[in-house]
Amino acid sequence: MTDTGTPGADAGPRVTFTGLDHHALAARTRRWGWLQYAGYRQVAETPFLATWLAVAFGNPVLYLAAMGLGLGAIVQGDVDGVSYLTFVAPGLLAATVATTGAQFGTWPIFGGFKWQKNYLAGYSTPLEPGQMALGETTAIGVRLVLQAVIFWLMAALFGAWPSASALLAIPAVTLAGLAMFTPLMAYSATVENEGLQFNFIQRLVVMPMFLFAGTFFPLSVMPAYLQWVGWISPMWHGTQLARMASYGMANPPWLTAVHVLYPLALILAGQWWAGRTFAKRLVG
Amino acid sequence: MSEAGGSVTAVSVIEARELTKTYGDFTAVDAISFDVAPGESFGLLGPNGAGKSTTMRMIGGTSLRTAGTLSVLGLDPERHGPEVRASLGVVPQADALDEELRARDNLYVYGRYFGLPRAYLKAKVPELLEFAQLTDKSDAKVTALSGGMKRRLTIARGLINEPRILLLDEPTTGLDPQARHILWDRLFRLKEQGVTLVLTTHFMDEAEQLCDRLVVVDHGRIVAEGSPRGLIQEHTTREVVEVRFGSARNAEMQAELAALVADGQRSRAGLEVLPDRILLYTDDGEAMLEEINRRALNPLTQLVRRTSLEDVFLRLTGRSLID
Repeated sequence: MTDTGTPGADAGPRVTFTGLDHHALAARTRRWGWLQYAGYRQVAETPFLATWLAVAFGNPVLYLAAMGLGLGAIVQGDVDGVSYLTFVAPGLLAATVATTGAQFGTWPIFGGFKWQKNYLAGYSTPLEPGQMALGETTAIGVRLVLQAVIFWLMAALFGAWPSASALLAIPAVTLAGLAMFTPLMAYSATVENEGLQFNFIQRLVVMPMFLFAGTFFPLSVMPAYLQWVGWISPMWHGTQLARMASYGMANPPWLTAVHVLYPLALILAGQWWAGRTFAKRLVG
Repeated sequence: MSEAGGSVTAVSVIEARELTKTYGDFTAVDAISFDVAPGESFGLLGPNGAGKSTTMRMIGGTSLRTAGTLSVLGLDPERHGPEVRASLGVVPQADALDEELRARDNLYVYGRYFGLPRAYLKAKVPELLEFAQLTDKSDAKVTALSGGMKRRLTIARGLINEPRILLLDEPTTGLDPQARHILWDRLFRLKEQGVTLVLTTHFMDEAEQLCDRLVVVDHGRIVAEGSPRGLIQEHTTREVVEVRFGSARNAEMQAELAALVADGQRSRAGLEVLPDRILLYTDDGEAMLEEINRRALNPLTQLVRRTSLEDVFLRLTGRSLID
């Protein structure tokens, strides 16, 4: 389509039509729509950047000071063969990143359907519902990596990492964070009312997963009949992987495989489910 | 189009045949068929719940039809949703703007949803804000905008991909008269530029202002089709006399007034009794009014006006458009 307006014939503003190739746009979106959507989160979160950075830098300092130095001072001797600070840092890293993943899986997704309407707007474009769900995971993944990197660097200032291989804790805890995120995202897309169930989720799902994630003490010291809570918690698996990366915690190979595969399975299952709940919510 | 009567010979950009949508045992859209020609401004006029919005969503492929066929720019929107929506501009009834974002960011992220390059958007976003008279609100959060501004921003957003068809679902509902006129002006400019407009409305004046052709929809069915003027000529008389007798006498005057319209009038003449007034359809309103006064019927208020699409709807369904 071309601009048929005669120059000077009309003083009012006009829209130019440059002859966009709509089919090329659709083809590109079919392939890259998830990435095109992910840009929304980036823009939407920009106003909160300062707050976020303050929390991202401040949290590790507070946690490591309180737990590593404070609690660590009264813990007699080593835990799992290392200093308490070395033991607790991977756990705090995993817990922080996984909790953030859980937070992003609730209110922001629910609010996107109910208040910001970004999914409704996105579905007026060539984007498909599943692509928006994948875009969310992509954006949150980037965010979790950044948060993990900042936490890692701050912990390094405390001397919490005995080796450079501790850097591998970053992908490990990101995996745990996404494993919290995708199932909650899928669920949050089904919530229609005011979202009060998120308080319930926070207190009765996320909180126990944190308390039983072996953050402050090895899960093995818990009675056997309570350890299952840790087993289903992605935080525990992330913590264990991070400890292996950091100080080479001994672990049988099969269990290491579980620590990787279980969160991975949760991510994929959650993503698949989210594709369905997003579509159910958006397609009339 | 080179041939006379272009809209007949042009290939339709939208072609709906027996389009049906049911939710459980409720039929929202009941086997409607219509065509939209390129460059045409086409309206779906009907009361709330008539099935207009559902029809719009089926055009975008975001609502799945229960039966019938639908072709948009030669494609089935259900199978080729992304391809169809890449060519559509959608202005939903609820603006679906992100209120937390600045006006320009709303346009930018929306453009990115289409995969439009940053360089393109850098030039396009200011142009559209200018078109929507929102240049000075570019950095304002949407929360701070008035209803009319939000609506214009939504229209600007719908133009980000240079759409071939612009779908507008009740574009001016809830706006004050001045805001409506600004919006109509903008839509009229787009029409002049050859953009195909498809709009739903329950405002008769809006349909008369903007639509070349429209279908009147009620309970999911098309009850009439034509140009605004043609529909008025076909379904009503030239003028209408509105008389009020007060709620107590309104109904009892019906018989007496019915005799008036029956006398030597065409078949389109007649009367509609509404709760608060009676409408008398006649080709000569002044003569009717004189007769009413000659018979000393003493209405509380009386008014002669030209008939409008509202009257078409009343004559066709016996109900007012806005319940």
